[in-house]
Amino acid sequence: MDKNKALIEIKNLKKYFPIKKGLLKKTVANVKAVDDVSFTINKGETLGLVGESGCGKTTTGRTIIKLYQPTSGQIIYGGKDIAKLSEKEMAPYRRKMQMIFQDPYASLDARMTVGDIIGEAIDIHKLMTGKERTERIQYLLDRVGLNSEHANRYPHEFSGGQRQRIGIARALAVQPEFIVCDEPISALDVSIQAQVINMLEDLQNDMGLTYLFVAHDLSMVKHISNRIGVMYLGKMVELCESNELYKKPLHPYTQALLSAIPVPDPEQAAARQRIVLEGEIPSPIDPPPGCRFKGRCRYAKPICSQQEPVFKDLGGGHFVACHLY
Amino acid sequence: MEITKDLFERVPKDERDLNKIVRPSLTYWQDAWRRLKMNKLAMGGLFFVIFITLVAIFGPMLSKYNYYSQDFAIQNQGPSGTHWFGTDNFGRDIFVRILYGARISLTVGYVASILNLTIGVLYGGIAGYFGGWVDNVMMRIIDILYSIPTMIYVILLMTVMGAGLKSIIIALAISYWVGMARIVRAQVLALKQQEFVLAARTLGASNTRILLRHLIPNSMGPIIVTLTLSIPSAIFTESFLSFIGLGVSAPMASWGTLTSEALQVYLIYPYQLFFPAGAICLTLFAFQLLGDGLRDALDPKMRK
Repeated sequence: MDKNKALIEIKNLKKYFPIKKGLLKKTVANVKAVDDVSFTINKGETLGLVGESGCGKTTTGRTIIKLYQPTSGQIIYGGKDIAKLSEKEMAPYRRKMQMIFQDPYASLDARMTVGDIIGEAIDIHKLMTGKERTERIQYLLDRVGLNSEHANRYPHEFSGGQRQRIGIARALAVQPEFIVCDEPISALDVSIQAQVINMLEDLQNDMGLTYLFVAHDLSMVKHISNRIGVMYLGKMVELCESNELYKKPLHPYTQALLSAIPVPDPEQAAARQRIVLEGEIPSPIDPPPGCRFKGRCRYAKPICSQQEPVFKDLGGGHFVACHLY
Repeated sequence: MEITKDLFERVPKDERDLNKIVRPSLTYWQDAWRRLKMNKLAMGGLFFVIFITLVAIFGPMLSKYNYYSQDFAIQNQGPSGTHWFGTDNFGRDIFVRILYGARISLTVGYVASILNLTIGVLYGGIAGYFGGWVDNVMMRIIDILYSIPTMIYVILLMTVMGAGLKSIIIALAISYWVGMARIVRAQVLALKQQEFVLAARTLGASNTRILLRHLIPNSMGPIIVTLTLSIPSAIFTESFLSFIGLGVSAPMASWGTLTSEALQVYLIYPYQLFFPAGAICLTLFAFQLLGDGLRDALDPKMRK
C-alpha cells in the first residue's frame, strides 16, 4: 500500500470555544482548544496523537470529522476541503469518516438493541434492508469477535470490552476509510486493551483503514502508530515517525513526557533521569504570546516569551515547534 | 511445590465460550415492569386506575338507571339495595351519576394529559436540542406563561370559550404542558452531550432522527412519571372548575358538579357529598401512588 499518499491534510485548523457573558451573549474570551494545527494523515497509516488532559487532542479529532464546526482552517479530505461544508453536503463524507469513542458506557444508546445500534448507519445511508441488513450486522458482530446472537440484546448486558467492540462494529458498518479512535482503550482494563488494539490492527490490515489514534498512554501509542504527534495546549509541538520520536525526542515537552513512561527493568529505571515538569498547565483561555510551554520549560530563553516558535521540518519528516532548533 | 504438566487439564471447548450471556434478555420496559410489580402500593394504584377506567367506560351501559331521568317519588333516599349510593333531590341515582362523572373526569384527565404530552415533549425537545438563542426565546415564553397563575387564565379561557367539556380540555392542555416541556428540555440538555448522540451525528443522522430515536426514548422515564402525575392534577382542576360552576352544564355531571350540588344539602344528606368526594380522593390517590411507583421503577439507578 502506498503509505505516502495523503488522505487528509489539516491546514491551520483552529477551534475556539467562545465564552459568552451577559444578556446579549457578547463573546468575552475564547478557549483556544485547537490553535493553528497543521498536519497530514497518509493513507493506510496510523497517526498517534498524544498530550496531557485538556491539550485539545480530542477536540482535534472531533473537529476533523466535523462534529465541531472549525473556527478556521482547512480540512482537505481526498483533495476536497470539507471544513465549510454544510451537514447536507457532508453526507457522503459521513460514510468515509467514522469515530470510536472513549467511554463504552456512554457511547451506546441504552434503549436500542445491539443490532439496531450497528444497523443505524445502514438505515441512515439506506444501504441495505431486510435479510441483507441482518446478515451484514451478524457479519460485523462476528468480525469484532462477538457472538452473532448478541444482535437482539441490549448494551447493558455487555462488559466494557464487549461494548467497545460493538462501538467498533458500528463504526465499520458504513465501510469507512478513516476512523478517529478517541482514546478507545483508556476506559478498559489492561488485558482487554491489548485485545482491542490487536483487533484494530487486524481490521486496519484487512480493510486498509487509516486511523487517527488519540491517546495518552504513550507505550500503547508507540505500539500502534506509524507517526506520532505531540500536542500541548492546543498546539502541535512535535510530529515524526514513532521510533524516531522515542529515540530522539527534540521538544523539551516530548522529552518530559517520554521520561514519564515506566520502565519494566528496575535497574534501568533507577539509572535514568526523570524530567519533572514544574508548574501547572496554563489556561487555554486567551493564552499569552510566545511559546505556550515557556513557563514550564527548562531551556526557556527570552525569545520564547516574545515570538511564537514555527512548526518546521528539521528533515526526514521530523517536525518540531521550538526555538532551540 | 513443583508444577508438572499433568497438573493441568484441558478446558472443554464449550466452557471456553465466555462470550455467551446466560442472563435472560430484559428490555428496559420489562425490567421496569418487574420492579413496579414488587411495589404493592403502586400495583394497588394501577389496579384501581384500570378498574375505574373500565367502570367509567362500561358501567353506565350495564345500569338500568341514567343520569338525567328525574323521579320525584324517590327524592333524597339513602343508600339501599336498589340505589347503591342513594338518590339526589331530583330522585336521580347517585351511583350512575358518579359513573357518568367518572367518564367526564377521566376523559378530561387523559385527553388533557396526552395533549400536554405531545406539546410539551416537542417543545421541550426542540428547545433543549437546538439550545442557544432558540432555547433562550422558547424558555422565556415558558417563563412568561409560568408567571401567570394557571387558574386565572384557565378561568379566562373558560369564560371566553364558554363552559363545557371541550373548553375545559383545551384550557388545561394549553396551560399544563409547561411543566412537561421543562422536564423534557432538562433531560435533552443532559443527554445531547453524551457520546451516543455524537456517534449518531458521526453516522450522519439528521436532527429529527436524533431527537426522535435517541433523545426522547431516553427521556421516556421522567416523561411517563410526569404524565401519570399530570392526570390527577387535570382531574382535580376539572373538579374544581365544575365546583365553582365553570364545568359541564346540567344535567351532565362531573365529580366536581356532584360535589358542588351535594354541598347545599350536606348537613341533611351527608352521603350525597361523601360518594363523589370519595371518588375524587380515591382516584387522585391511586394515580399518585402509581406515579410514585413508576418514578422508582423507571429510575435507572434502581436497576439490579
